[in-house]
Amino acid sequence: MSYLVPPGLYAVGDPGPADPVLVTANYRMSYDIVRQSLAGRNVWLLVLETCGINVWCAAGKGTFGTDELVGRIAATRLGDVVSRREIFLPILGAAGVAAHEVRTRSGFTVRYATLRAADIPAFLDNGMTATPAMGELTFTVMERLVLIPVELVAAARVSAPVVLVLLLGGWRGAGEFSLFRLLEPVLAYLGSVLAGCVVTPLLLPWLPTRSFAVKGGVAGLAWAAVWFWLAGGEWWNASTTAASFLLLPAVAAFLALNFTGSTPFTSRSGVKKEMRLALPVMVTALLVGSILLVMGRFS
Amino acid sequence: MKGFAYLRNVATLELDRDACVGCGICARVCPHRVFALEGKRSIIQELDACMECGACALNCPVGEIDVESGVGCASGMINEWLREIGIVRRGKGGCC
Repeated sequence: MSYLVPPGLYAVGDPGPADPVLVTANYRMSYDIVRQSLAGRNVWLLVLETCGINVWCAAGKGTFGTDELVGRIAATRLGDVVSRREIFLPILGAAGVAAHEVRTRSGFTVRYATLRAADIPAFLDNGMTATPAMGELTFTVMERLVLIPVELVAAARVSAPVVLVLLLGGWRGAGEFSLFRLLEPVLAYLGSVLAGCVVTPLLLPWLPTRSFAVKGGVAGLAWAAVWFWLAGGEWWNASTTAASFLLLPAVAAFLALNFTGSTPFTSRSGVKKEMRLALPVMVTALLVGSILLVMGRFS
Repeated sequence: MKGFAYLRNVATLELDRDACVGCGICARVCPHRVFALEGKRSIIQELDACMECGACALNCPVGEIDVESGVGCASGMINEWLREIGIVRRGKGGCC
């Protein structure tokens, strides 16, 4: 399946020279969502070549950008099609487009409309003015929930070799064989993956501090406590217990830190600072924890 | 952004108020309400809400906003770093 829509000028409904021009990316999902939101209206849709990437990411890369927009206006002869010298852009496209430059180079005035395609009908009906809510990002429980499968798939890729090593280790260190002893390390690990990839995103606003690594670390620590209560107790020696309380929070913290890229509010400087502080701690916890785990298992 | 804010005092955003022409485009393009118009000039009202997307700086007609723009994505930065030191070659970059 192709995720690309050919760039160019599209007619939604039966637009005339006086009807508005909206701009979007040539990612099929962006295009479809915008078109659906315009159902029953007469609007021009100018689709930019972003190589199948959504508006926001493409703006960040510069493909949804001033050059492409000016070039596409010329290539589609937009000036011959419409009478008004005005085009409406999604607000998240502003990171790639310099409105004043588009104006001097093409004669068209860029007007930033809304963040979400779903708000376009209200924007159009409202005399082309946006309410403050149309211009502000949100990150609701539902918006976080839909990201979780993506996080899990990304984590699964890294997790396959880890699970394999843990299975071999569990088998080697099982002593008197039991299925639970064999699977114990894997289950503990998978729990910390859930702490980082599911619990942290869902409870994001309520987990302590502003740091994602700390949020994930706390979720991982909670999991370590639950796991200690479920599987540990007398069964574990001091070394295994210490290892669990180091390794499980470290894994969850790392995955939570990776969630920064899926949120709409983390800055590059912030992530940089967090990585500089958190990565050495995680690596140390991982190394010390691994040594303790092996000691606990094979002693 | 309601209910969310990232680390304090790290955003690299700077605005030269003296040169501001008060067009308000910065407030219009910012998805996090970082700017507000005060009198006929823009002010940074919430620096910690800035995610450094760079939309304001790019759209400021007098070029008086500065920000080191980029994407706040840990895995992206780790991949970038791994590529720099040559462990991973350029390839399928998962996300944006």
